[in-house]
Amino acid sequence: MAHYKLTINGRGYEADVEPDTPLLWVLRDSLGLVGTKFGCGIAQCGACTVHLNGKAIKACSFPVSGVGSNKVTTIEGLSENGDHPVQQAWKEVDVAQCGYCQTGQIMTATALLSQYPHPTNEQIESAMQGNICRCGSYHKIREAVVLASTKMK
Amino acid sequence: MTAYTSNRRDFLKKLAVTTGGGLLLGFNMLDANAGTMSVLGETTLDAAGSELRFNAYLAISPDNVITIFSPNPELGQNIKTSFPMIVAEELDADWTAVKVLQAPLDKRFDRQLTGGSGAIPHSWERLRKAGAAARRMLMEAAAKRWQCDVSTLRTEKGKVISTTGQSLNYGDLATDASTLTAPTDVKLKDIRDFKLIGTAVANVEADNIYSGKPLFGIDFYREGMVYAVIQRAPAFGTRIKSVDDTAARAVSGVLDVVTFKTNVAIVGTSTWQVMKARKLLKVEYEIDGSNLLENSSDHDRRFKEMLDSPEAVVRRKDGDVTTAFSQAAKVITREYQCPFLSHSPMEPMNFFAHVRPDGVELIGPTQTPDLARNEVAKLLNVSADSITVDITRLGGGFGRRLKADYVLEAAELSSLIRKPVKVIWSREDDMTGGSYRPAVRYRFSAALDGAGNLIGYKLRGVGINTANSTREDNFPSGAVDHLLIDSVEYKSPITVGAWRAPITNFLAFAEQSFLDEVATASGKDPIRFRLELLEKAKKSPVGAIKYDIDRMMGVIKLAQEKSGWGRKDVSQGFSVYFSHRSYVAQVADVAMEQNRPVIRKIHAAIDCGVVVNVAGANQQVRGGVVDGLGHALFGNLTFKDGAAEQKNFNNYRLIRFREVPEVDVHFVNNGIDPTGLGEPALPPTGGAVANAIFKATGQRLYNQPFNVQEPMKSVRLGEKI
Ligand code: FES
Ligand code: FES
Repeated sequence: MAHYKLTINGRGYEADVEPDTPLLWVLRDSLGLVGTKFGCGIAQCGACTVHLNGKAIKACSFPVSGVGSNKVTTIEGLSENGDHPVQQAWKEVDVAQCGYCQTGQIMTATALLSQYPHPTNEQIESAMQGNICRCGSYHKIREAVVLASTKMK
Repeated sequence: MTAYTSNRRDFLKKLAVTTGGGLLLGFNMLDANAGTMSVLGETTLDAAGSELRFNAYLAISPDNVITIFSPNPELGQNIKTSFPMIVAEELDADWTAVKVLQAPLDKRFDRQLTGGSGAIPHSWERLRKAGAAARRMLMEAAAKRWQCDVSTLRTEKGKVISTTGQSLNYGDLATDASTLTAPTDVKLKDIRDFKLIGTAVANVEADNIYSGKPLFGIDFYREGMVYAVIQRAPAFGTRIKSVDDTAARAVSGVLDVVTFKTNVAIVGTSTWQVMKARKLLKVEYEIDGSNLLENSSDHDRRFKEMLDSPEAVVRRKDGDVTTAFSQAAKVITREYQCPFLSHSPMEPMNFFAHVRPDGVELIGPTQTPDLARNEVAKLLNVSADSITVDITRLGGGFGRRLKADYVLEAAELSSLIRKPVKVIWSREDDMTGGSYRPAVRYRFSAALDGAGNLIGYKLRGVGINTANSTREDNFPSGAVDHLLIDSVEYKSPITVGAWRAPITNFLAFAEQSFLDEVATASGKDPIRFRLELLEKAKKSPVGAIKYDIDRMMGVIKLAQEKSGWGRKDVSQGFSVYFSHRSYVAQVADVAMEQNRPVIRKIHAAIDCGVVVNVAGANQQVRGGVVDGLGHALFGNLTFKDGAAEQKNFNNYRLIRFREVPEVDVHFVNNGIDPTGLGEPALPPTGGAVANAIFKATGQRLYNQPFNVQEPMKSVRLGEKI
């Protein structure tokens, strides 16, 4: 066991866990931030996507020991009231089917749009290719990314 | 300086403060000190504030909150939005004042399950009546208050209005109305007067989904619960010989290791700790009885042998196929095969169980809460009445969660360790643990006369653990004078189960590819060919007709029109299928790019009766098409020595973002009562795409997945939408 101090969504958290514990399970089990989902555990599906200093990472394959003083953002911290432009776009387009993959999709899209506020189709595709939606909501995800890009300042 | 919060309990305390400890849809953030999240239980429902219950589906509070209880499990088919829409329509409620709650398993509801695309068809009338009866009671209460005749009153947006312009909202009338006797015979709206049904209504859970609120079974947490993962026998047909759990027990956080049946469960204080410990388990397995450890190559060989089995069970027989085939000018025989598929819902299997001396609590994602309750009752030898089942949102189902195996495991483990436990499956557990779409092989034969008419038709299916792999009464049965459909079951230790659009998810591809080939051989346009058969079935039906010829013709013609059938700029392939009461025709547009076929667009025409929620219906169709396409192109689960070879998404390939072509959706909307939409859009897709690829390349596809077993190795898919 080791003791970690983490900065998540602008707040401080502490956790006593093994150093190899993936950030995903620290978020979900130790801290109750369950918006970050478990889908595959091997960086293949994107359900666990969070931001590390604004960049999208797969929390299932990122050990807590690697976080250090870097800033973690999860879906819970994307906005105070769930009204980040990307969340708004997701709502307007009414993207979700089961919804399980969508927090990961939103985190990936947000990281993309902060890097490229007006992404090309190719940029959208290569960013979103890592997030599986088993329900097949891909059309609406694309619409929502495009809509969100018009909302980003 | 950052203030650190040190554990989940404190975290919840903080969250409860910031949210005011209020009710999150579907979850109660209860007493922060207890640090618990609890799904809405039966008792919570009845005590929900000062709401007045009108019937199983509906409560109205004096402060004008309309609560509609949605009984069926929500797995993405959008039932939690569309069910309440139906009640609200007949109630004439103001949709913005409606609150929707997931009901737990409750005897007041009938068929509280998600499967077979049956929820809306089954509940359509009872939901409408529930809304209409309450509306009537509210009007009667108003008539009493105003001393007028109830027939002079009307309702609009949650208000009863009199001829003189007086109005009261439903909340004002709720207390009076709830004491009245519910009318047994109420008049339902004319569907032309629908205001809500037939519009696009956004998902009622949107805010919670997009902000990451705990909604799914896997998110459930209760103070004092323990976590468990289970190692199951890795190969079908084996059992445990010995277990050495010494190293696993030594891992910090591990509380117990429990062996039961063919399972070894690691119980501990967090998911990661039990997952880690599990890797240190040393379990030896041996063959169970006379089971064989099967390989996919065995299946391939046996399939071919069994297609010639003398022991096929006849499913339908019209006329005399022997004579018809012996007199045919041309006979075409083709075989089609599909592999096993994993359901792979995005949320892996999981369930919470707490077996106490006085009762059993089950919480989690299930398509069949009633079955789960009954099977757990049997397993633990307790009465079903002592078991409660709370239904969380399901992160997909696709048929996997129709089974109760994972609920039973959790219940059995809880009874053994005498603790509340949440069992979580890893993706590998899910993919290797069984209950798959069965592998099937078909042989089709057609006899054509000299004029190219279809005079004889034979189909034999061999399905693994599937008694009847055919749908013997589907088209073209009824349109062919001499027909024989039979099936052979191939028994195997590999477990199978219903997978979205059971049987038809592959049968439709095989049949529609075959008919395309037969149409080509008879020199007819594929759509013309099918329409002629349907016309024949209408004029001179052969045997029983168990599909609606006009509805099928309707979707064919709509797809023909909307796709601009016959275009020269793309290669088009056609397919039509009837499944689960609904009809779907599809046209795929394929173009050649750099010598490879690219799927540009899929046009879908659907007759599912009245479309309740246009937004949800569109999603079901696009999702169904994407699902059908993805699995036709990539889905492949193979076996070696009884064990699944693909264990996760690195080598079990699901369709991804870039591979999805544009999908156009057109509804017939003919006003008949809804006939279901969760599955019917999936079956026709594989055939439409295969037939378009044939047009583009001259290459016929007989097996799924397309890109692995066919000479044409890579199918590049549509680039833009
Ligand atoms: S759970 Fe992390 S990528 Fe799938
Ligand atoms: S909405 Fe179900 S997995 Fe994406």
